[in-house]
Amino acid sequence: MSKIEIKNITKTFNDVTALKNVNVNFEENHIYGLLGRNGAGKTTLLNLITGKMFPTSGEILVDGERAIENDRALSKIYCMTELNLYPEKMRVKEAFHWSAGFYPQFDMEYANTLCSQFELKTNQKIKNLSTGYTSIFKIIIALSCGSEIVIFDEPVLGLDANHREMFYKELIQNYSNHPRTFILSTHLIEEVATIIDRVIIIKNGEVIMDDEVQNVLNLGCTVSGPAGAVDQYIAGKKVLGVSTLGGLKSAYLLGQIHDIPNNLEMGKLDLQKLFIQLTNS
Amino acid sequence: MTFAEEKPIYLQIEEKIEDAILAGAFSEESQIPSTTEFSVNYKINPATALKGISLLVDSGIVYKKRGLGMFVCPGAKGIILSKRKKDFFDSYVSTLLSEAKKLNLSRDDIFKMIERGYDNEQN
Repeated sequence: MSKIEIKNITKTFNDVTALKNVNVNFEENHIYGLLGRNGAGKTTLLNLITGKMFPTSGEILVDGERAIENDRALSKIYCMTELNLYPEKMRVKEAFHWSAGFYPQFDMEYANTLCSQFELKTNQKIKNLSTGYTSIFKIIIALSCGSEIVIFDEPVLGLDANHREMFYKELIQNYSNHPRTFILSTHLIEEVATIIDRVIIIKNGEVIMDDEVQNVLNLGCTVSGPAGAVDQYIAGKKVLGVSTLGGLKSAYLLGQIHDIPNNLEMGKLDLQKLFIQLTNS
Repeated sequence: MTFAEEKPIYLQIEEKIEDAILAGAFSEESQIPSTTEFSVNYKINPATALKGISLLVDSGIVYKKRGLGMFVCPGAKGIILSKRKKDFFDSYVSTLLSEAKKLNLSRDDIFKMIERGYDNEQN
């Protein structure tokens, strides 16, 4: 069981501030969704956590220890990245062998079982794998590594619907067998909305949301109906955004509402809709 | 299965299991699938599945046999039926009436439709 504390992290690249005063904890026994638009700072945050770059200021603690250049702290974390950093000629089974060398808890038998499940041939060269199978290969290492904190950065890139379904189910099974900390960084919010139990949203380098999914879902709602009636009703309320379709209008509101007039309909905001409204502009 | 947005998922899990008990898929004193099986099958967080099942434990519909798993209580069907009957007015009658109002249907129109529904059932 391990936890990550991110304290007051700022990261600047020349004159660009990628992360501003980020304070976030990743606690054990949760599946986190790390969400943000392209360029929001998700990958920078993951690179800082895994020691691939250093923060401009602030610190990161893994189980209370400073993580920078600390093997004991960093070995508790496995990060599946979007990048392919394996040597040109390496084959799948060799990569497993090396992973087992770096991660003593690596479960070779499980990795091989997953390979047959996903129909990945272990004697193939990694560079010859398709985009989808490259993702599958990386998913298999991440699921098999046995680390207390496993980060999946865009795990389903190029995966077809069947393989995505298999991955999500395997992820939950794996987590149930060995509860720990999973972090899913993804743009496919709808697909992970029921799997994650906590959500962290980054916008322009700042954390704008860090809460249980259930609480987040209770934050907002939609009101729709004739434009005039909607305008009248939302006056003075916290409006995240509106959309119109002819004389019909929908408004996205923060907060729960009651006493809604008869000619208006109220709906829930799902995680993806809320995300879009919060990160627009 | 897909989840309706209107209701928290743990409540929908509770309802799914109740439906299965009412339909006889999970009979009284038989074992229901584990939290993990529910969460993997429906692709939901295990904590969510556990929360749904805990509600069923609280209302005396399922119980835990230590080291074995969750089982359907004797009399579970009766409990679910009386709970559902209580909810029937809120979930069906009041929504029926508000939709009827929108469509300008009279009380008489609705009664006729309900009778037509019963007639169709018999044929």
